[in-house]
Amino acid sequence: MSSDALLLVSGLHVGYGHVPVVRGVSLEVGTGEMVTLIGANGAGKSTLLKALAGLVRPSAGSVTLDGEDVTGAPPERLVRKGLALVPEGRMLFGPMTVAENLAVGAHTRRPRDPGVAEDRDRVCELFPVLAERADQSAATLSGGEQQMLAIGRALMSRPRILLLDEPSLGLAPRVIGAIFSALDRLRADGLGILLVEQDAKLALKHSDRGHVLRAGRIALGGSAEELIANDDVRLIYLGAWHGTE
Amino acid sequence: MDSAELLQFAIAGLKSGSIYALVALGFSLVYGSTGIINFAQGEFFMLGGMLSVFFRDAGMPLPVAGVSAIVVTGLVGLAFERFLLRPRRDAGPLVLIIITIGGSMVIKSLARHAFGGNELSLPMFSSGASVMVAGAAVERQALWMWGLTALAVVALTVVHARTRFGRAMRACSLSHDAARLMGIDTAKVVMVSFGLAAALGALGGFVVTPLTQTSFDVGARIGLKGFAGAILGGLGNPLGAVVGGLALGLLESLSIAFISSTYKDAISLVVLLAMLFIRPQGLLGRASREKV
Repeated sequence: MSSDALLLVSGLHVGYGHVPVVRGVSLEVGTGEMVTLIGANGAGKSTLLKALAGLVRPSAGSVTLDGEDVTGAPPERLVRKGLALVPEGRMLFGPMTVAENLAVGAHTRRPRDPGVAEDRDRVCELFPVLAERADQSAATLSGGEQQMLAIGRALMSRPRILLLDEPSLGLAPRVIGAIFSALDRLRADGLGILLVEQDAKLALKHSDRGHVLRAGRIALGGSAEELIANDDVRLIYLGAWHGTE
Repeated sequence: MDSAELLQFAIAGLKSGSIYALVALGFSLVYGSTGIINFAQGEFFMLGGMLSVFFRDAGMPLPVAGVSAIVVTGLVGLAFERFLLRPRRDAGPLVLIIITIGGSMVIKSLARHAFGGNELSLPMFSSGASVMVAGAAVERQALWMWGLTALAVVALTVVHARTRFGRAMRACSLSHDAARLMGIDTAKVVMVSFGLAAALGALGGFVVTPLTQTSFDVGARIGLKGFAGAILGGLGNPLGAVVGGLALGLLESLSIAFISSTYKDAISLVVLLAMLFIRPQGLLGRASREKV
């Protein structure tokens, strides 16, 4: 791939204390590209995303965002540089309303920036249920609506690259469909997306490329079609797929 | 006891209660943004009173002296967080809480050196006889106390509910990680919450000094009362802090009316322990924090 990737991760190591979790991961995500990370529980997917978002400091390696070295930068700086994370478990502000959650999402922008209202309209167009529920507290939303809000809130910082950690977890198929078609639209508008997903089949279907993370290392990488066709991937990660295909 | 007498006790209770409410609000703000109890909160109250006297003796008119005392104490609160707590912010709540206890001793000792060990006082904010309400007398200073407390509470509520910074404070109190992912500088929010807490305490010290006098060692006692008030209303809940502080003042006053003044100070400890045993989330708190 080209060296002008939006997000360029090179030889990244991340650990908690002396326990290494991510061990030398390199990958990149370009503008308008969706890349999926698949892997078993404990392979280091969430830790990798947390490190990329600045919540955990990497111990070695580098992260470059749009040509600028941002290795070890805190999340509040990365958001301003155009990188947003939709975290595992969504981490919404439960007692605050849907509208307030979206407003906090736009924290980095000037309050009078007319673009903020535009982006709110765009989020509500992407997920119309958020407009209907604007004055409800986030805690009262269904799981799918909460995930939509978590994505919408992240979009309010007007990111150029969006990281998502298990957006489909625990949701009904119909809701998952709505979320992935929203991601397709965002990608078509030029957003770079790095996705960690349990449902590997679904994620690869929507992605350009994918990587398999095994014990903190990239075991396999390639185009989504290649991974879907790969026997190991089919056997281990797309197991549930055999019966239906 | 007739109703006028009872009302008189209630008024006395609401007087001290409004001070407890201001101090409790300080506990609540800091707890909300950091999850720790700031045991120096009472010293901010003390500084408010002592600095008001100091500035007035230096020749400032009373309102200017009071505002200056509140501003300076607020700056002390900012510095307290920035230089004592922030360097150890990853050390865990217990270490931070012990630092606040140490810090409170330092503030108290410095105040003794700077202002001496005597009781100091301020004149009443306005002269004139007490106002009579249904047979009970209300001192004019009490009206000032209630008015300024209400003003501070309303201002804080508006900031909390309506402004960008208020939303950032609430986001921080729910989850620091989620707040940081939104681009919120949580270190700044924490520092400002200490500054606001200190300023609220100082306001309490300023408005009550004309009635009670003040000295370098009043902080610990009022800190305990404010803490009990915050627990009573529900820690981390600003409205709860105000309700808890007022309720504690009323309880104390009614205990004097119906039991004996001997037990007045014990009331706050009894309330504190009872709440921690029976309803640790406080009167207005939820059973567990609502998280998604």
